[in-house]
Amino acid sequence: MSTATVGDLVSQPYKHGFVTDIETEKIAKGLSEDVVRLISSKKDEPDFLLQFRLRAYRQWLQMAAPDWAALGYPPIDYQNIIYYAAPKQQEKKASLDEVDPKLLETFDKLGIPLSEQKRLSNVAVDAVFDSVSIATTYKEKLAEHGVIFCSISEAVKEHPELIEAYLGTVVPSNDNYFSALNSAVFSDGSFVFIPKGVECPMELSTYFRINSADTGQFERTLIVAEEGASVSYLEGCTAPMFDTNQLHAAVVELVVLDDASIKYSTVQNWYAGDENGVGGIYNFVTKRGQCRGARSRISWTQVETGSAITWKYPSCVLQGADSVGEFYSVALTNNHQQADTGTKMIHVGPRTRSTIVSKGISAGHSSNSYRGLVQIGPKAVGAKNYSQCDSMLIGDQAAANTYPYIRSQQPDAVVEHEASTCRISVDQLFYLQSRGIGFEEAVSMMVSGFCRDVFNQLPMEFAAEADKLLALKLEGSVG
Amino acid sequence: MIRPDAPLLLDIRDLHASVDEQPILKGVNLAIRAGEIHAVMGRNGSGKSTLSKVLAGHPAYTVTAGSVHYRGADLLELDPEQRARIGLFLGFQYPVEIPGVSNLEFLRVATNSRRAERGDEELDTFAFEDLVHERLKVVQMDPAFLERSVNEGFSGGEKKRNEILQMALLEPLVAILDETDSGLDIDALRIVADGVNQLAGPDNATLLITHYQRLLDLITPDYVHVMAAGRILRTGGKELALELERTGYDWVDQELARLEPETVEVA
Ligand SMILES: Nc1ncnc2c1ncn2[C@@H]1O[C@H](COP(=O)(O)OP(=O)(O)OP(=O)(O)O)[C@@H](O)[C@H]1O
Ligand SMILES: [Mg+2]
Repeated sequence: MSTATVGDLVSQPYKHGFVTDIETEKIAKGLSEDVVRLISSKKDEPDFLLQFRLRAYRQWLQMAAPDWAALGYPPIDYQNIIYYAAPKQQEKKASLDEVDPKLLETFDKLGIPLSEQKRLSNVAVDAVFDSVSIATTYKEKLAEHGVIFCSISEAVKEHPELIEAYLGTVVPSNDNYFSALNSAVFSDGSFVFIPKGVECPMELSTYFRINSADTGQFERTLIVAEEGASVSYLEGCTAPMFDTNQLHAAVVELVVLDDASIKYSTVQNWYAGDENGVGGIYNFVTKRGQCRGARSRISWTQVETGSAITWKYPSCVLQGADSVGEFYSVALTNNHQQADTGTKMIHVGPRTRSTIVSKGISAGHSSNSYRGLVQIGPKAVGAKNYSQCDSMLIGDQAAANTYPYIRSQQPDAVVEHEASTCRISVDQLFYLQSRGIGFEEAVSMMVSGFCRDVFNQLPMEFAAEADKLLALKLEGSVG
Repeated sequence: MIRPDAPLLLDIRDLHASVDEQPILKGVNLAIRAGEIHAVMGRNGSGKSTLSKVLAGHPAYTVTAGSVHYRGADLLELDPEQRARIGLFLGFQYPVEIPGVSNLEFLRVATNSRRAERGDEELDTFAFEDLVHERLKVVQMDPAFLERSVNEGFSGGEKKRNEILQMALLEPLVAILDETDSGLDIDALRIVADGVNQLAGPDNATLLITHYQRLLDLITPDYVHVMAAGRILRTGGKELALELERTGYDWVDQELARLEPETVEVA
């Protein structure tokens, strides 16, 4: 058994690759000002939002796709993408009983039961199918605590003042090429508002499912935690297997005020393409949180296992004095997957602290890069950062890179960076095997050991889930 | 204990094996019956560890000729993990470190995979804790080692004790201990030898690879084999080890020269 067979092991059939056969309403391919207007009118949006979209669209036209990441892919034809697709059942239903059973079945199959009897007991779920949210569970219970959890389209209708106050304030539409595109055409996503002093009584979770081929998914998530509020939020995502690439360009904005905290976890399992690199999702995501208040805290945890291409840097702007930013990441790439991911910690306020723990696992012919920026501004007296970036290589065809950037304008700031690279050796695997542990289990034991620091950060309900997902990704026929 | 009618556990015949096309084992013959303790000695590089790893199924070695039967079944057909589950154990000369994998969890998974093969029920974390604490006493090991990653940062002697702990948990039928005595201090040597003696019984067998009589003073072998250039050159009783202690391995060269004149390198 050579290390090449360790590589084979990491290839496994994608378990979420089915397509739901359901009638959808789609608009014609292509992007223009008319398409932006059409999306906005389909959603019956107030004028401020239409103006927001149009401004973003015009900015996007002036911009060019970024080319600095360690990624290679053919140019994307933005006129060959459908920007809006929705299951025909258009109106959001008052009760789950009215939701198309095919949709409920889809989410059942994905392990996200939505119906009263089967739903997870301590997790509220917003389920997004193609471009629209089809159901949100536990809304009433959350409302009793003053917590708003709904699709962003609903929030635009019910709470326009909150949307107008916060949308685009963390990630301006012209922040980058993909955020501009998203701001112009975003269709749905989740909105969370935790009022002053409230600790959200349950985990919140959004599950994104792309179903249609040739459809781009552009969701928008906005989470606001007022003074002293706290919430833990998790997003999951899957897509069917198509042999064309699909574009996913999301924007997530987090705002935390004094003494508030948001813990945002992602388990990303978009279709990664086949073993020859055909098909798969292009995942270009902008995620950023702003610690506006003193002693506020944002913690990003991500487990990235899917997508043909991942371009993603969940970041924290640490404005408030003594605010804290954290980033815990596991990125697994296999076959011909490419990931360029990391974080930015922007220290603005005094005594701000940040922690970065990144674990990259590369197998097959994949390439896995960590790219991180730690920036310490002139007012960030006593700022501290600790970064740890570890790479694990499986087989000898995979690549791992680390690009840490440190910019400090504060002579007394403490910035520590540690990095390591390891390879699963034949002798380590043999040792475990010679104790009766199967080859696949041996690999997955070593991989989950490598990721432990990050998995420990996931909400309990999902830590085992993530472990299982990695094990699945590592499962396959042993050569 | 030699009993000619005891079941044959391991039957190695004319075993040849290579690494990277280079032959290392050149015709090993060895039969081990239940209840027996065998010692294999021989110069550095004579092929002792290679023999042990080929038996355990290390992927780097290719068997080019010969056969190995374990309780009548073809051992070479099996994956390393299957060999372990049916009761073959290798205590490594150089146990590897496995960062991030908890020693306790590793021991539990390993123990359960052997138990499953024997039809015993799986031990949950609580039941396993009880078992492991009982077996820790065999090697007088500090329970703190359970909390660490497998062998990570263990001293040489601690790694060897961890090997015997694994053996005590897995209860193998054939235990191959590759230089388990090297790197042990005097007290640890006695503890490990006591452990091996406690675990040895009429139904299982032990193959000790060692360079030193001091281990064989504590564990009395039924047979002593001398390996040279990839084969077993001579077999005797426990007195052969004492003789080697006096005479060294000079005689090996002459004997080898008779067997295959062209390949002998004079040490
Ligand atoms: N994986 C390998 N690659 C190359 N050569 C090897 C490999 N394994 C063993 N050898 C060679 O095979 C020969 C026998 O090695 P082996 O480790 O079996 O010796 P040994 O009898 O256990 O020695 P020692 O008493 O020093 O432990 C040596 O010459 C060694 O260099
Ligand atoms: Mg050796």
